[in-house]
Amino acid sequence: MIDRRDYTFILVGIIAALVIAMFVSVFASSFPDGLEKAAENLGFINKAEQIVPESIFLIPDYVFGAVENELWQTSLAGMSGVLIILAVFGVVYLIYKAAGKKK
Amino acid sequence: MHIPDGFIDLKTAVSTAVVSAGGLAVAIYKVKSYFKAKVIALMGIISALIFALQMLNFTIPGGTSGHLLGGALAAIVLGPNAGAIVIAVVLIVQAFVFMDGGVVALGANIFNMAIVGVYGSYLIYWLIGKISKKRTIFLISVAVASWLSVVIASFFAALELGISGTYAMGITLKAMVGVHMIIGIGEVVITVAVIAFINKIRPDLILTRERSL
Repeated sequence: MIDRRDYTFILVGIIAALVIAMFVSVFASSFPDGLEKAAENLGFINKAEQIVPESIFLIPDYVFGAVENELWQTSLAGMSGVLIILAVFGVVYLIYKAAGKKK
Repeated sequence: MHIPDGFIDLKTAVSTAVVSAGGLAVAIYKVKSYFKAKVIALMGIISALIFALQMLNFTIPGGTSGHLLGGALAAIVLGPNAGAIVIAVVLIVQAFVFMDGGVVALGANIFNMAIVGVYGSYLIYWLIGKISKKRTIFLISVAVASWLSVVIASFFAALELGISGTYAMGITLKAMVGVHMIIGIGEVVITVAVIAFINKIRPDLILTRERSL
């Protein structure tokens, strides 16, 4: 099943994701992306609506609100995202294992 | 190219959501055939990695930025069914936690990036792979598939904007596809680098190299 080499790969993968999301992400370009730019140029950018109130989102716009420092806001947002996604697949794994035991 | 709420109308949002839900249901059903602990772990890693890489907006000429979508990366490492699920998870987390991409528009975003982007790029990759299994051809197929995944996704995003009457279809198509032909180059660079790296250290983890999934 999962051997030692796999564990190494998993560990390296998680560290890489965390490093990118926490420390490389702060260098990301803040220019509008392709869709936003097209919307600006063509003049429909203000059609964007906030249908769901912003207060509902845990980390709106990748700003981790619990800290003041802008760099840490991005870093911690990135870290949270990586951990949330790993948690989703962690739950899938637990369900898979629980289902396997029943057989 | 995460579509925010307000850019597409309700009929477009609902119909893309229905197609996406159907597509993901098929993906989940099909993925079961090779679902094991190792595949789940690999899906988690690739998903987390794509989320992280999506945060890295790179500047392209004209005061614009782009970032990885990851559809081709996920499809080539994991196969299209597991790949579609992985991208959908990233998009769902982005929409519900980070306010990145609309909640009503989520179905459209999943359709463009997780369904069209993933299955479209896998088809290209698979077709080129028929020519030869050599490393050079493999990397070329990765490059072509990743570039096209971005361009096709932008084409469908523009189509949805046009159908919604947000802006004239022709002009939107031209603007969106035009800018994403350049952003797609960034997608190629990152996807080829990541896949070449995995291919070097653990070629067995590129699941589609062994058999088609």
